[in-house]
Amino acid sequence: MDVLERYEPLIDDFDAFLAACERPLPSVVRVNTLKTTVERARAAMDEADIAYEPCEWHDGLFALPEDQPGTNWPYVLGWLHGQEEVSAVPAEVLDPQPGERVWDACAAPGSKTTQLAALMDDTGLLVATDNNLGRISALRSNAERGGVTNVAVTHEDARNHSLKPFRGPDSEEGREGAPYDRALVDVPCSCEGTIRKNPDALEDWNLDHVDGISGVQKGVLRRAVQTTREGGTVVYSTCTFAPEENEAVLDYALAEEDCELVEFDLPLDHALGITEWDGETYDESVRRAKRIYPHHNDTGGFFCAKLEVTA
Amino acid sequence: MCPEPRENDSTRFDRLPATAEERVVEGRPTREEVLDWWDDRFGVPPATFENHTFWEHGAGKIWAFAGDVASPVAIEGLGLTFLRTRREHWKPTLEAVQRFGGAAEDCVIHVSREEAATFVAGDDQELDWDGDWGYLIVTTDIAGEPEPVGVGLYVHGELRSQVPKGRRRDL
Repeated sequence: MDVLERYEPLIDDFDAFLAACERPLPSVVRVNTLKTTVERARAAMDEADIAYEPCEWHDGLFALPEDQPGTNWPYVLGWLHGQEEVSAVPAEVLDPQPGERVWDACAAPGSKTTQLAALMDDTGLLVATDNNLGRISALRSNAERGGVTNVAVTHEDARNHSLKPFRGPDSEEGREGAPYDRALVDVPCSCEGTIRKNPDALEDWNLDHVDGISGVQKGVLRRAVQTTREGGTVVYSTCTFAPEENEAVLDYALAEEDCELVEFDLPLDHALGITEWDGETYDESVRRAKRIYPHHNDTGGFFCAKLEVTA
Repeated sequence: MCPEPRENDSTRFDRLPATAEERVVEGRPTREEVLDWWDDRFGVPPATFENHTFWEHGAGKIWAFAGDVASPVAIEGLGLTFLRTRREHWKPTLEAVQRFGGAAEDCVIHVSREEAATFVAGDDQELDWDGDWGYLIVTTDIAGEPEPVGVGLYVHGELRSQVPKGRRRDL
């Protein structure tokens, strides 16, 4: 927990924050509306004697206080997907519409991918990219169990993502596919916010790793802005508290690419993005990003920002 | 343009030809044949798939994709694994049956919850069935309505579970 001490200046009720980080996290499932309705999923959980409590801000999320494993009928049918409560935030903020072209830049193991597909009613094009074949296998398996048919999976470094595979059916070879309407950039991070789920999450923490991974995060966010159309939306999210991986990455993208941060509603308690850290100052607009601390809503920690592409 | 290869290339996805007249790759099923097969075998109307394109990736393995891109495309996945062809008896995937099998009217065997649990565990069982032998869609009542669970092979008075190892559960 020593690592977390560095965030004391940022957090109003630091003792409550630390106490929350020490508590285990309840299991949460999301109803897969590609295969059933929330009503029928609830009926199936009732029938299987699974205790559940609705999460107030999202009508398809349920906490399972008795920590049920995935061995039950609604799970076998692909009606339920285990997903941490805050990890359901960025897809909702991205708000993809049916028929759109959407990129999930760091997609595996696919919780957010399947959520995006459901929000799109399984129409349009959802490109899901990851750079690790083992994790792509998990992504594929989750997409299959979810019954997703609008997903195209690519194995590549998201920083060099190619639109060429997604050109139109009758277009000339070598042309690029159309830019995306929206992109989700839920990047690999130092995962400090998952401490309640993985008590070992901070064991290998060091600042060099944070600095290294922030370079990757900057590259992925840049590529997402480049491949999204003017007026399109990019959501950037992490499950870490480190400003080097959050506001600093946004500050970099604002300086290097044609984009701006936009306001958004989030029906969960949160703090605003910060503009000063460790001697650095960031663009004022990064205050539009949102920091979710574990003691706010009794969840994991999370960071989320919404950008609009301006050219 | 690259010349179209005459044999299947398993490193990429190739869109199925619409009809036999458009077929270039030997043995590749056509979209028309796939739609007819679902209709003939299970009574799933062709309109069910009007917004999906079909692709071959690996010999005989057909995927269903809710959209269209230029063919061929060399990526890791394109939609949902859907159907196994290039063999005497075509076999739908569990995923296809769970997603589209609700529209089936023929070759659907409705079983009790206990029998369905045996099936999901991957075990074979003796069951009465008056219809065709071969691949059947297995349904059971969940929350008061029949739901497709997976694919069984019915032969000699026995329903043989075809649930893939990774999807088996002891319920």
